[in-house]
Amino acid sequence: MTVYAYFVAAAIMLIGILGIATSKNLVHAVVCLSVAQSSTYVLLIAVGFQYGGVAPIFGSGVDQKTPVVDPVVQALTLTDIVVSAAVTSMLLALVIQMAKRRRAINPDDLGPLEG
Amino acid sequence: MTRRLRLILLGVGLAVLGTLLVVALPQLPRFGGDAHPYRDLAVVATFQHATANAVSSINFDQRGFDTFGEETILFCAVVGVAALLRPVHRERRREVASGGRVLESTSLLVYVLFPVTLVLGADVVAHGAITPGGGFQGGVVLSTGIHLLYVGGRYRLLQRLRPLAWFEQGEALGVVLFGALGLAAAAFGAALFANVVPQGTLSDFVSAGTVPLFNMAVGLTVGSSIVVLLASFLDQTLAIRADQGGAGPSDGVREGAA
Repeated sequence: MTVYAYFVAAAIMLIGILGIATSKNLVHAVVCLSVAQSSTYVLLIAVGFQYGGVAPIFGSGVDQKTPVVDPVVQALTLTDIVVSAAVTSMLLALVIQMAKRRRAINPDDLGPLEG
Repeated sequence: MTRRLRLILLGVGLAVLGTLLVVALPQLPRFGGDAHPYRDLAVVATFQHATANAVSSINFDQRGFDTFGEETILFCAVVGVAALLRPVHRERRREVASGGRVLESTSLLVYVLFPVTLVLGADVVAHGAITPGGGFQGGVVLSTGIHLLYVGGRYRLLQRLRPLAWFEQGEALGVVLFGALGLAAAAFGAALFANVVPQGTLSDFVSAGTVPLFNMAVGLTVGSSIVVLLASFLDQTLAIRADQGGAGPSDGVREGAA
């Protein structure tokens, strides 16, 4: 049980990769990439977790000695989410262009460098 | 490459990767344990700069330069989307009528939630240093609040309330402010992106030195970025049409923009 959360992260990533490789629709592939990326959130948060730890917001009741969960990985997760959103929006815009120019969004219908 | 060959290759790759993960993951530190060396260092640094929200302290104080890079990534992505989603060859923009039937309950909800969401977004940005939240989260709330008007069926009102040029400027201004704050620290003789302002006491509204300022710069950038981003996609779905003679946009376009 002590590494259960890490395997959840690994499973999410593998599912995402599987989805991208078997995708028949570019939008679906982009969403699968987001799924694969979200595994990193699970992994990071799992690494920083501590039983009995509270949120790393100090103030009333929480001081320097109180066990808190790791804020470093939380900050990294925030960065991760922002980059993921940027990548997703960019890819969706590319899909729209692809649909306009080639009238196809099935990667199998596109050339090797296009899909 | 045929589909079959690709699937076989994928299967082999996933099997190898899966095996490696199964071997490697149990050797990670135990889940939920109390050994977090980075946490311990970060908490000490957070208290030195009187920042209540440790995540904000890390993002905007201890790793300020990294966050500048992150913000630049977002900025570039939005510029890229805006460039990709212009009306291209044989396309034109049409006027979008405010139309369609919207349930009265939806409209009511939008009118109630619109101001509430904007205030909430501003609150999340302003209190980023002392409560959960910050520039990134607050910026997203703000831009979502503006787009509630679209949910309420008031696309024309949304267009009037959202002068895009301003948001494009706002996005750039946020990035410039963020960089300027970092350079200002260097100008005061400290390191780039150092926290040079007096930090005050923990949990006060004005505390944590430069963290709230960075939060506001990021809130400006993120809020404007999302507005520009959604505007590009909405424009693509609602306003941009292929010219007469050319075939209409395929279903994929609408799917992609939805």
